[in-house]
Amino acid sequence: MSASLGRKAGLPLHLRVLEAEAIHILREVVGQARAPVLMYSIGKDSSVLLHLCRKAFYPGVPPFPLLHIDTRWKFRDMIAFRDRTVRAFGLDLRVYTNPDGIRDNVNPFDHDSVFYNAVMKTEALKQALTEGRYDAAIGGARRDEERSRAKERIFSVRGPGQTWDPKRQRPELWNVYNGQLAAGETLRVFPLSNWTELDVWTYIEAEGIEVVPLYFAKMRPTVERDGSLIVVDDDRFRFRPGEQPVDRLVRFRSLGCYPYSAAVTSPAATIAEIVAEMHTTRESERAGRLIDQDQESSMEKKKREGYF
Amino acid sequence: MPNSLLRVLTCGSVDDGKSTLIGRMLYECGRIPDDVQAALERDSRRYGTVPGGIDYALLVDGLAAEREQGITIDVAYRYFETASRRFILADTPGHEQYTRNMVTGASTADLAVLLVDARKGLLNQTRRHAAIASMLGIRQVVLAVNKMDLIGFDQARFAAIVADFQAFAAQLGGLEVTAIPVCAVAGDNVLAPTDRMPWYTGGSLLAALEDAAPRMAATEAAFRMAVQYVNRPDLDFRGFSGTIAAGRIAPGQQITNVQSRVTATVTRVLTMDGDLPQAEAGDAVTLVLDQEIDISRGDVLAGLPLPETTDKISARLAWFDEAPLFQGRSYLLQIGARLVVATVATVAHVLDVDTLAEVSARELKFNEIGQVTLSLSQPIVFETYAHSHTLGGFILIDRISRNTVAAGMILGTDRIASDVHWHQLTVDKAARAALKGQRPAVLWFTGLSGAGKSTIANLVENRLHTLGRHTILLDGDNVRHGLNRDLGFSEADRVENIRRVAEVARLCVDAGLIVLVSFISPYRAERLLARERVAENEFLEVYVDTPVDECRRRDPKGLYAKADAGQIRNFTGVDAPYEAPLSPEVHLTTIDAPPEALADQVVGELRRRGMID
Repeated sequence: MSASLGRKAGLPLHLRVLEAEAIHILREVVGQARAPVLMYSIGKDSSVLLHLCRKAFYPGVPPFPLLHIDTRWKFRDMIAFRDRTVRAFGLDLRVYTNPDGIRDNVNPFDHDSVFYNAVMKTEALKQALTEGRYDAAIGGARRDEERSRAKERIFSVRGPGQTWDPKRQRPELWNVYNGQLAAGETLRVFPLSNWTELDVWTYIEAEGIEVVPLYFAKMRPTVERDGSLIVVDDDRFRFRPGEQPVDRLVRFRSLGCYPYSAAVTSPAATIAEIVAEMHTTRESERAGRLIDQDQESSMEKKKREGYF
Repeated sequence: MPNSLLRVLTCGSVDDGKSTLIGRMLYECGRIPDDVQAALERDSRRYGTVPGGIDYALLVDGLAAEREQGITIDVAYRYFETASRRFILADTPGHEQYTRNMVTGASTADLAVLLVDARKGLLNQTRRHAAIASMLGIRQVVLAVNKMDLIGFDQARFAAIVADFQAFAAQLGGLEVTAIPVCAVAGDNVLAPTDRMPWYTGGSLLAALEDAAPRMAATEAAFRMAVQYVNRPDLDFRGFSGTIAAGRIAPGQQITNVQSRVTATVTRVLTMDGDLPQAEAGDAVTLVLDQEIDISRGDVLAGLPLPETTDKISARLAWFDEAPLFQGRSYLLQIGARLVVATVATVAHVLDVDTLAEVSARELKFNEIGQVTLSLSQPIVFETYAHSHTLGGFILIDRISRNTVAAGMILGTDRIASDVHWHQLTVDKAARAALKGQRPAVLWFTGLSGAGKSTIANLVENRLHTLGRHTILLDGDNVRHGLNRDLGFSEADRVENIRRVAEVARLCVDAGLIVLVSFISPYRAERLLARERVAENEFLEVYVDTPVDECRRRDPKGLYAKADAGQIRNFTGVDAPYEAPLSPEVHLTTIDAPPEALADQVVGELRRRGMID
């Protein structure tokens, strides 16, 4: 590793190693896949991933489109940030929503989280990948997020129907990635596999990467429901009897669909404050993702079915 | 803020307490969030093996199947950091059938932690893991002797295990061993020293991990970079992107594209953060050159002295597939960003990892490690694995399933074979075929025994002969009387059987002949190999499709009756598999069609393709 990378005087060595590794992985996908696509979910990991894509193919733009699975229940700030980012970097964005979900008005208030997630996220993703005839979907998942992810490969093969069989994974050696596919198979690629949440924030700070403002503390209208703080993002929110929005100083550690993303009370309003908070926090990142807790071994099950 | 990174491999046998040790390290390094801890307590009550206490192993046994069975199935990666260092742990399972995960974890590790159960001492698994770690290039080993509490913290027992291991390590050569007595369940010597073993004066496991030296990037070696991507965003810019494998590069330096031997000067070392005055091993960069030379993905750019190229390598292989590796079978070989076809020329020997003895063999079975020579479809740029993991490490990929079936480490070029050169002949295939006024081809008849291959092939040859075509028919039974009379019917021998016939067919095509091959040839991989021996459009796969029940009913040679009675073994369709062609050029369905009509169908296809008039 070069000490001569001028700007990176402030970037710790382990992040320089992880950055080079991610760039290597991204160039391998493009070298091997016929039609790669970047799964862009607007969150902090996607922001880091997009930054690495721009680095890998600089001075060109990333030679693949971005795909956003829009459930129609993302925070308004997320959509605004997405469109701003795409314009700023001259990217090719494709947005997909499951037409069955639109037809049946599938939403987080009338439907339970298992059904909602299956239709608006897992099914939608499978449809979008099939329709776009993509053979490699690049995602920002990290192995430290959840324990079933710890066993995920960097180049992860999905069988017909985008299913994942954890017992039939390819061994992955050195930095040699096997992107060969048999009939009906597709690839998921995770360049941030070896990053932790702390790495992501440290890197965002060091590189000056812009992220959705929802990560920073601000007074926001919230209701407390089943022990979680839910932000009332628009007038589609359905209050239960007796519920009143209360302004609280909150932020998000993880972003998804707004009725399913719990906020945390925190005064951290800058990246430096977030990094400082991370050193003391005792809550895991996905704890605010209400959707992960709805079934036993819930993430593994969703992954087997085709979720990212 | 940590400012170094160490990649650690942890391995041990089943029930050595490895997951508990790792769970405890993660736990005590303070990275277990409250909600995960709550889930851990819940799971400990449900699945745990520590009555009334927390089972730290559950923290790292990730998949539902593992929690139920209480074992670790797959390699898992863990992350934690201390004030000075960030760690990546590759946690690999101990059972023998998952040795491939161990090789996977070892390929990137700086250091291996080998866990031993103090009550059991060294097991075959321990030796196997040490041998694999050493083979993959790991030089630092921490021997963690666990469950010291269960042997009453006995110093003599610990010393005996360590001496045992040192003796084995000496055979592997050059291993740097640190031995630590621990008790993972209680935490003794895991993070901090314990007072329960006053006789032990060394540091804790964590201290050993913090003190270990990361594998050094080869910055002092000659410059090497495999091109992953040619960056051409517009007509004015052309750059070559890759990760520097060794050495340094700066503007003004000369590089050579090793395969084409063309040289150019670097004008810019480009990143999004600006041009660099210099970059070195480990950096992902884009190089701009002073002149337009032909460079594409997979090429290796190098400084002096240049690395060698070869189309015949000798390599050590760790075999991962349930189906064995055979002499004669071909695979895809991926090295750096280059993909070539590799055919197994010889299996030299298999390593007995318990004794480190080399045993002669003709095949490599699941989880075996051995030495082979491989012939490549085109030359590759290489260095020995001992010299460079990037230019010396490769994977083999099955051509049908596309799975990674082996990890390979290059030992060198196979000099004898690479000194046998192709002789350039002045009368060539086209000239010989022109004299006969025909286009040479291979008609490869495949199908079950008794399907009607030889009958139909014989009729086709008769018709071609009548049309004045020069032909030869290679029949499975007949060839086994001569050329292949040393071969039996095991899978390895069947592969070799087909390889030889494929070579003979190629020679006959070179002679300008239309070759009819009538062989069961049950494996797709070998038929693919035969196809590749000749030019595209010269090979027609003819699938003689007869259901096995019908073949058994016909049973012209009485073989099915013998196979069913157990008198013949490895009989295709009875106790050996037949892999039907996926897209044959000619598909003959023999039920309800006389052989004459089927022969006409084959001749018709030759006409349709313009191969005969």
